[in-house]
Amino acid sequence: MNTVYKALKERILVLDGAMGTMLQAYKFSEEDFRGERFKDFHIPLKGNNDLLSITQPHAIAEVHRKYFEAGADIVETNTFSGTTIAMADYELENVVYELNYASAKIAKEVAQSFTEKEPHKPRFVAGSIGPTNKTASMSPDVNDPGYRAISFDELRIAYKQQVEALIDGGVDILLVETVFDTLNAKAALFAIEEVKEERDTDIPVMISGTITDASGRTLSGQTAEAFLISIQHIPLLSVGFNCALGAKQLQPHLEAIASRTQAGISAHPNAGLPNAFGEYDETPEEMAVQIKNYVDKNLVNIVGGCCGTTPAHIKAIASIVEGVTPRSVTV
Amino acid sequence: MKKEAPRYLKLSGLEPLIITPESNFINVGERTNVAGSRKFLRLVKEEKFDEALAVAREQVENGAQIIDINMDDGLIDGKEAMVRFLNLVIAEPDIARVPIMIDSSKWAIIEAGLQVVQGKCVVNSISLKEGELEFKQQAKRIKRYGAAVIVMAFDEVGQADTYERRIEIAKRSYDILVNEVHFPPEDIIFDLNIFPVATGMDEHKLNAIDFIEGTRWVRKNLPHCSVSGGVSNVSFSFRGNNTVREAMHSVFLYHAIEAGMNMGIVNPSMLEVYDDIPKDLLEHVEDVILNRRDDATERLLDFAETVGQKVVTEKETEAWREGDIQSRITRALVKGIDKYIVEDVEEARLSVSAPIQVIEGHLMTGMNVVGDLFGSGKMFLPQVVKSARVMKKAVAYLLPFIEEEKLKNGTTGESQNAGKVLMATVKGDVHDIGKNIVSVVLACNNYEIIDLGVMVPPEKIIASAIENNVDIIGLSGLITPSLDEMVYLAKELQRQDIEIPILIGGATTSKAHTAVKIDPEYKNTVVHVNDASRAVTVVGDLLQKDTKTTFKNQLKEEYTRFRESFNSRQKIKEYLTIEEARANKYTIDWKSEDIVKPKKIGVQILEDFDLQKLEDYIDWSPFFRSWDLHGRYPNILTDEIVGKQATELFADAQEMLQQIFKEKWLTAKATFGLFEANTVNDDDVEVTISKGLENSLPQGEMPERQRRIFRTLRQQSKKASGKPNIALADFIAPKESGLQDYIGAFCVTTGFGTAQKAAQFEEALDDYNAIMIKALADRLAEAFAEYLHKEVRTIHWGYATDEVLQNEELIKEKYRGIRPAPGYPACPDHLEKETIWELLQVKESIGVTLTDSLAMWPAASVSGYYFAHPEARYFGLGKIKEDQVRDYANRKEIAFAKAEKWLAPTIA
Repeated sequence: MNTVYKALKERILVLDGAMGTMLQAYKFSEEDFRGERFKDFHIPLKGNNDLLSITQPHAIAEVHRKYFEAGADIVETNTFSGTTIAMADYELENVVYELNYASAKIAKEVAQSFTEKEPHKPRFVAGSIGPTNKTASMSPDVNDPGYRAISFDELRIAYKQQVEALIDGGVDILLVETVFDTLNAKAALFAIEEVKEERDTDIPVMISGTITDASGRTLSGQTAEAFLISIQHIPLLSVGFNCALGAKQLQPHLEAIASRTQAGISAHPNAGLPNAFGEYDETPEEMAVQIKNYVDKNLVNIVGGCCGTTPAHIKAIASIVEGVTPRSVTV
Repeated sequence: MKKEAPRYLKLSGLEPLIITPESNFINVGERTNVAGSRKFLRLVKEEKFDEALAVAREQVENGAQIIDINMDDGLIDGKEAMVRFLNLVIAEPDIARVPIMIDSSKWAIIEAGLQVVQGKCVVNSISLKEGELEFKQQAKRIKRYGAAVIVMAFDEVGQADTYERRIEIAKRSYDILVNEVHFPPEDIIFDLNIFPVATGMDEHKLNAIDFIEGTRWVRKNLPHCSVSGGVSNVSFSFRGNNTVREAMHSVFLYHAIEAGMNMGIVNPSMLEVYDDIPKDLLEHVEDVILNRRDDATERLLDFAETVGQKVVTEKETEAWREGDIQSRITRALVKGIDKYIVEDVEEARLSVSAPIQVIEGHLMTGMNVVGDLFGSGKMFLPQVVKSARVMKKAVAYLLPFIEEEKLKNGTTGESQNAGKVLMATVKGDVHDIGKNIVSVVLACNNYEIIDLGVMVPPEKIIASAIENNVDIIGLSGLITPSLDEMVYLAKELQRQDIEIPILIGGATTSKAHTAVKIDPEYKNTVVHVNDASRAVTVVGDLLQKDTKTTFKNQLKEEYTRFRESFNSRQKIKEYLTIEEARANKYTIDWKSEDIVKPKKIGVQILEDFDLQKLEDYIDWSPFFRSWDLHGRYPNILTDEIVGKQATELFADAQEMLQQIFKEKWLTAKATFGLFEANTVNDDDVEVTISKGLENSLPQGEMPERQRRIFRTLRQQSKKASGKPNIALADFIAPKESGLQDYIGAFCVTTGFGTAQKAAQFEEALDDYNAIMIKALADRLAEAFAEYLHKEVRTIHWGYATDEVLQNEELIKEKYRGIRPAPGYPACPDHLEKETIWELLQVKESIGVTLTDSLAMWPAASVSGYYFAHPEARYFGLGKIKEDQVRDYANRKEIAFAKAEKWLAPTIA
């Protein structure tokens, strides 16, 4: 039914790289962020990258195009913060549906144009569903460990709206990513299941956790394997890790889950660890060497990049995985 | 075609729990259940959530693999209490590491619980009681929340109480869940209702056997699911007769587990070892459980009266003597009974062709049982040490025969051991209780132990390791300078290209120190092991032929990662310069009424103090901890998991304690002094002493006065605003205040006699008592320090003449004034002990000496300062910076390198 499943069994799929890093190059000003639509908005909007899907759609389309040209099979929508919870910082809760819908549409149009040119290599769009800026199983107040800034139901409702808009906009996959609190992810998965049931539809789901430091645990304290067990109750296209670590540091955590699931394994690491100035400076060649390790160990089905990665990184990765038999999966 | 992966019940907290056919019975902790624990109910009602958390923690520490949480009580808001308690549990990594069982008869409470837990939980429970529709809806939501579920054998008609009804409801529930809801079958756990037997009512006769047979049917016919239940119900009619109840639980579990029950709620302290149930009791109980006779209940009732409460007759105790030789030897080892071991070993020797076969056959078979029981948490440390005592006696008896055999045949006759482990407490350190325990436990697991004792210089460790061709070196230490010794040893081993894995253990050692300071110095493996049962696994893995390389590589990687993350975390901490820290000192509003002049200035000595006076001052909790039994005294004695062991250990301790008192095994001595003192230059305490003070002449009239200076260290990490950077000197009035203040110093010991007594025990192959005497001496020394402090407060210094405190309050330090000890958090600098020694003439007066590493000898000694100001309090120094180390070296007039060496563990 869905060609993503077919593609996943045939080859290692390449995911795109960072959106934020690419957008920085445009040096958009406050006016650019606002565009015509929000020119009189009462608070500053600079830095709200997701909003650019509405105010600077050509730039977003251009970034997607560059990644497809570099060899990506899947691009992520520009919707990492596309929930009422994350958008509350900009008091833009009421544009959340539109923002997700527009982002999905932009990415889908670019994907379709590539698929038409190269039918043997269909391109896909993954709706990016970020963690929000609140955590459901940790207290932000050290003096009150029992306090929670957000509830499961609040998250579920917000995610449900995002999921509906992304599907309406035409995404092929939903990607719950950068999971640092598994409970947030479970709320997203719950919402996805509700939408799937209500619409009597099926859509592949990817989930990608974040191991925050070398202790090998998520921010909410779970080991990689405990994380895997906690999110396996719904059918998954893939499970994996992204962000926080470079490709090299991510490898042991991928190994910890690869032998324990029959779903696909995804990895989109940062371009190394941040240097003293907080910049990611691993070169495409350096990163590709690490990704080659994944491939040699038959660890992955989907690879791409997170913070600091560029089309050059994705190109280097794509050339590594080209023609390689992927890890076998049952999805 | 791809083989389908096996479907196991997988749960998670912060860590995974995977239940496979090979898993032992999964024990669910049930103390956090308001319906089952009156204490927990009270704590929740009174909103004492801290204590309620302690209940949960204790269960996990004691080995519960899942914790059941239930808030169903008419007087509490169950939903609110469930969410609040779970949120707190989730914030405690040492509890939240295990999966949670959310237990309620109310769906709203279950759902509220599922919404706050990130891991994969178990819901306890749902059933067909209210019909299929509700059952399906609930199951569907549970699946969507990602939890497993307990299904009660209950339907619209009622609770299943026969074999047929159990399987009928289980089958129907399973089919609905798997085929209609698409619930993963491995996530289904059936509770098939455990009901009481021997109630006197005929319809209850089949309750146990129907459960057991129902379990068998379910596990056979409903693929991948599990079976659970609450075991204590079965013996309900024998409330008050624990001997019978314990036997009933064991018999029931024995048969239910065999039939496929793989998890449940069991109180481990209400369980007898199946094989240990006296034959006649076993027969009567099995008749009832398995319903083998019509009159089974009556017969058990009659028999129960003769069994009585724990009045075990001589005949029963000795019944095991009738078994065959192997079973007797195994029993003696498991139970730690040495009474018959020599005659049994002799009998075994006569039955084999070479005496070595008794060691390799009979004794090893028995020790393997001990190892298995310990490994699976069914035996506890003190028992294992007792087993070792029996083993040693048996081997000692056999040795002459083996020698003789060697001479006769010229064969080596050497026993094949699993590997050689060298054990040593490093140079300058005298503490060896932990090291001895690890040695004994490893010896029980068939490793040859070469124990070099305490204060072992590095050259000797290395020479002995080479000479004996050991497989592993175990290093132990309790005081901070020992950490450096360990680093030095690792460097030396590396320099000499030696490739022997090192185990690191002891109270001040840590994974952090091992990873950051020791591991990078040594190419081979360094591993931190802080309890005896882990030592066995680690040593086993290190010597496992096929997998050791992988294991070692994993360890290396783990420590590298740990080090990297540790280092990256360290950098974040901000520090003040020592000047800035001093500017933010703890300020006391000095008033003369807060300062009390001691009744008697000068040094006093207590010789040959009556130890019995200390009995009431003993803090027992650390004693149990030194035996790897965790919990607070006295609750630990009734703890459901370790309670029985703790009680036995405590009884042994009491017995020896009385002997210590009566036969004067140990000598207690103390010296203490109270002096005029003032703080000078922020961090120094200037102490004034006068020659001849022993004659207690009035102050001020002595012409010859001397000064000594205590150098204190100041907290240097950047504090939240309003929080001071404390040094102990802040608690003594500064000279500028114009007030004369005072300070005290002390040293107590109860250690004289310990080494001799321990050596006697060791000679008699009795490690159990050798460790016991040391552990007790340590406790007595602490008790002595507590006692003396009280005497000083109420009499000698006399600032708290009206103080009345119970021991409990003493342990919690609910009194005015503190007695910090050099080497401990407020003043980690061991060098200051030298000043105390000079001031009190400790060595000359009571004979306690300081080793190279400034450990006290004998080990069971405590020394420290007395501060009396009402605001004086304990604190941790934390890390300090190099500027303070330099400043400290200047003040103390020692080389910077020397200061750096001694303060190394505290330097950021």
